[in-house]
Amino acid sequence: MKWPKTLILGGLIFATFLGAALLSLVWTPYPVDTLAIAAKLKPPTSTFWFGTDHFGRDIFSMIMVGARTSIAVAIVAVGIGITLGVPLGLAAAANRGGWLDEVIMRGNDLIFAFPSLVIAILITAVFGPSALNAIIAIGIFNIPVFARVSRGGALSLWTLDYILAARVAGKGRLRISTEHILPNIANLLIVQGTIQFSLGIIAEAALSYVGLGAQPPTPSWGRMLADSQTMISFAPHLALFPGFAIVLTVLGLNLMGDGLRDILDPRIRRARG
Amino acid sequence: MSLISVSHLSMAIHSLAILKDLTFAIEPGKVFGVVGESGSGKSMTALALMGLLPGGARTSGSAMLGDTDLLSAPEDRMCRIRGNQIGMIFQEPMTALNPVQTIGRQVAETLVIHGAANRAEAMTLAREKLDRVGLPADRFPLDKYPHELSGGQRQRVCIALAIALRPKLLIADEPTTALDVTTQAQILDLLKSLVAEDGMALMLITHDLAVVSDIADQVAVMKSGEIVEQGNTDEVFRAMRHPYTRALFAASAHIPDRQARARDEPILEVQNAVRRYALPRRRLLGPAPTFTAVNDVSFTLHMGENLGLVGESGCGKSTLTRAILGLEPLQSGQIRLFGEPVAPGMANALRSGVQVVFQDPYGSFNPRWKVAQLVAEPFYLMQARPADWRDRVAEALVSVGMTAPDMDKYIHEFSGGQRQRIAIARALILRPDLIVLDEAVSALDVSIRAQILDLLADLSHRLNLSYLFISHDLSVVRAITDRVLVMQAGEIVESGRTEEVFTNPAHPYTRALIDATPKLPDRRV
Amino acid sequence: MLRFAASRLISLSLSLLAASVVIFAVIEVIPGDPAAFMLGLNAQEDTVAALREQLGLEGSVINRYFGWVGGMLTGDFGTSYTYRVPVADLILARMWISLPLALYALILSTLIAFPVGLIAAARRGRPADMGIMGVTQLGIAVPNFWFAMILVVIFAIKLRWFSAGGFPGWDNGFWLGLKSLTLPAIALALPQASILARVMRSSVLDTLDQDYIRTARAKGLNRSQAIWRHGLRNAMIPVLTIIGMQFSFLLAGAIIIENVFFLPGLGRLIFQGITQRDLIVVESGVMLLVFAVITVTFLVDLAYAAVDPRLRRRG
Repeated sequence: MKWPKTLILGGLIFATFLGAALLSLVWTPYPVDTLAIAAKLKPPTSTFWFGTDHFGRDIFSMIMVGARTSIAVAIVAVGIGITLGVPLGLAAAANRGGWLDEVIMRGNDLIFAFPSLVIAILITAVFGPSALNAIIAIGIFNIPVFARVSRGGALSLWTLDYILAARVAGKGRLRISTEHILPNIANLLIVQGTIQFSLGIIAEAALSYVGLGAQPPTPSWGRMLADSQTMISFAPHLALFPGFAIVLTVLGLNLMGDGLRDILDPRIRRARG
Repeated sequence: MSLISVSHLSMAIHSLAILKDLTFAIEPGKVFGVVGESGSGKSMTALALMGLLPGGARTSGSAMLGDTDLLSAPEDRMCRIRGNQIGMIFQEPMTALNPVQTIGRQVAETLVIHGAANRAEAMTLAREKLDRVGLPADRFPLDKYPHELSGGQRQRVCIALAIALRPKLLIADEPTTALDVTTQAQILDLLKSLVAEDGMALMLITHDLAVVSDIADQVAVMKSGEIVEQGNTDEVFRAMRHPYTRALFAASAHIPDRQARARDEPILEVQNAVRRYALPRRRLLGPAPTFTAVNDVSFTLHMGENLGLVGESGCGKSTLTRAILGLEPLQSGQIRLFGEPVAPGMANALRSGVQVVFQDPYGSFNPRWKVAQLVAEPFYLMQARPADWRDRVAEALVSVGMTAPDMDKYIHEFSGGQRQRIAIARALILRPDLIVLDEAVSALDVSIRAQILDLLADLSHRLNLSYLFISHDLSVVRAITDRVLVMQAGEIVESGRTEEVFTNPAHPYTRALIDATPKLPDRRV
Repeated sequence: MLRFAASRLISLSLSLLAASVVIFAVIEVIPGDPAAFMLGLNAQEDTVAALREQLGLEGSVINRYFGWVGGMLTGDFGTSYTYRVPVADLILARMWISLPLALYALILSTLIAFPVGLIAAARRGRPADMGIMGVTQLGIAVPNFWFAMILVVIFAIKLRWFSAGGFPGWDNGFWLGLKSLTLPAIALALPQASILARVMRSSVLDTLDQDYIRTARAKGLNRSQAIWRHGLRNAMIPVLTIIGMQFSFLLAGAIIIENVFFLPGLGRLIFQGITQRDLIVVESGVMLLVFAVITVTFLVDLAYAAVDPRLRRRG
């Protein structure tokens, strides 16, 4: 199989950030938890590639550590969406038109009325701000997304004759959902997963930016942007590099998603063949 | 002087040759039939004449309409010809109309686009055209939307918009394939009358030899992008010079060699079965209306018997099938298999006595499983999968004309006919007594269909199988069943020995079905 | 059509009801007594009790819920713990910034996305299409609040075309107000326009493969006539879905972007409410946001029915 260029390019970009995030666990060019006021607000140089912030911390190092926060929050949020949303969607499809379907879909509609920011506001109001809030808020918003995608994919499969054949072979809805439906909607879920992953990166940054996400001292791209705001007129590099990091990560993920769709989505494959 | 004369038309998409050196002529006021199996290039021939070939297609040769070459005319010239001098209708009426526009506007648009009328006049003319195709004003006002019409009615709208400017030629690409047999007969009658009364020529593309022989003055037989034989319909079908024509004809009229072996021992008994569905509520409170899909149906199927069940779409035969397979409950009445009651919760041992083959060879298999897993799926009904399951899969595959190594392939490696054989193997794996064949040969080309019918007849004989053969196609049912049930609107209106019912139908609906079925000309070789 | 609207209206009310229960329940579980919190540690018990009474914190859960909902229905959102003024007045004033900003961005996004998406579809596979696809791919990846910061640096700090933030109020003239919302609206609109343009493009291309387009071509319509007369309205159906979803993104985005431009909008009110534990403000502000999202969903449903006659009959 020939790999689409978008998948390769996107994969490389994302792998770079993933690698940086993992590397930051054991090594960063400079420590990010010690202050060096003497070296504060340095523009990018050969010693500090991306410059330093108002506490003299190395921006490059902080972006490496920030990648960890962003990617971890987005991955866990996608995980929440998949583990809760997919079973709900499959159950709704297996009971099409029944009360369970109705309850699940109305529940979905209800969550859709709460943008993840609003969920984060509510959670923060109750428990106070933390990175965990961001995970929960984004994760909750992902649940109906995955429920819808899997229900839609499953419904079109449930009309196919091989499902009837499985029923004639005495298989119940649960077994059919896991044996026949889930493997055949995996493609859709992978593609949707990369989309939600990239949306999660942006959402985490936005929540941290308004103070509803990661709290100091946890480095986060969104908080770096919030901190840079008052200094933007004389130290624009503070805002530039975290922004580039977000844009590149999201771009890489989106390109990967496009590439994956090209090779995984049977509709597109058929249109090409 | 021919209306359209095509000479040496060839067409390739990228480097793949689709049409090869076609030469034919369409005479004014006559019906020119094009017949062939899927992939023979018959639809592409029509699209080439319309200048609507897909991207990447390259043509050579010529197709002269008067002094215009349809193959090389510039796009704006073709736009003036389409809909004006040549109209076209397609196979799938359900999707051929714009769902968000009224039928009146869609018919009127043909007139407006060619400057034949202003909007108001066009609506008046559209009304006339809809009347002309049998959609009277009282039941089909201009402001109806396509979704409010049945398939046959939509096809009439398509015809109305194609003939609105009285084109010299109407191209009809499988215009009745998606329709029920009685609707098909009405549409064909309408097309015939348009030719007879309006002097229009008709290019009718179909896979159905009987339809062509019934309606066409001239016929071209196509195979793999070539015309293998053409001429006056009578002559072509009388002489059948080309072996492919003979093969096609033989396959269409094929009757498998078999004899009745029914014993007086019931396998399946259906007693006063009723299945109702709740429809969406019309008002918020109050009872939901119901639709009775199967209404008081009773019959018995005996050991070794091939029982046919015919009816048009929506008559309830699919619902009845699901009830018999124990997938849906009945509201009243009873279904017994080997004397045991059939219901969604029935024992697996009972379920294993009846298996099923479905219509769609492409949707019948999980694309991610290998053939061995697919064929072995019914073993789920047993306590445990037998130790020799792979041998039994191999045996089943061989018995349907496949080979044992096929079991390690994925389903996409097989053609439609091969897939249907694998579906039969899956139905055979538990050695059931009864197989339900739900439109099992309807999606296949005639030559493949003949082979599968032979296989079914042979298996029934060798393994002493009984069949419940469900189909909308009367000629197939006649070929393979001992006894037949005719179903209409949820009820069985007639039943009896197949030959008797077909030669001497008692119920008016059976008569209508038989009359509507196009017939092959008697073979005079 | 009327029956369709009525049935949608019922489902709108049910959604609002469910949303109000959820919001109320979440705020209910908050630990601690807001009255005690507001009065500080050394407050007298009877003072706290008096404040609780005044804030409507007494009584059973059911009574308080109905008191809250009933109040909202009559325009009484309660009194802010911190500002000591009716919440309704506070929210209304702030809403007049956030809502126009979201709408402004929605209009901009739609105005940009439609022609861009159409051009890309019409030029499928050509340089113009590839250029648009590349730029929109990048546009989707840009977080709106960061884009807003970049816009401030360029257009407010360097070029001085716009002020870097603040809002003069609608009283000082509509155009002045609009101008101060323009940079934020652009920042919000461009990423969303990228998404919408891509949806528009693929939706138009999808309809081009439909049978009814072939029918239209067979009638004698040329390619662009077929797209305009038959493709566009059908292509609008998925586009409408996205526009509806975008409104809720834009509203959330508006609340975030207020921080970049120091706009005194709903977002800043709610964030202050959180830090000051002014829960009535948070509760009612969130309810209003959800109300706006649900209302837009309702309007999109009606727009669907206007576009697609198949939906009008259904309940």
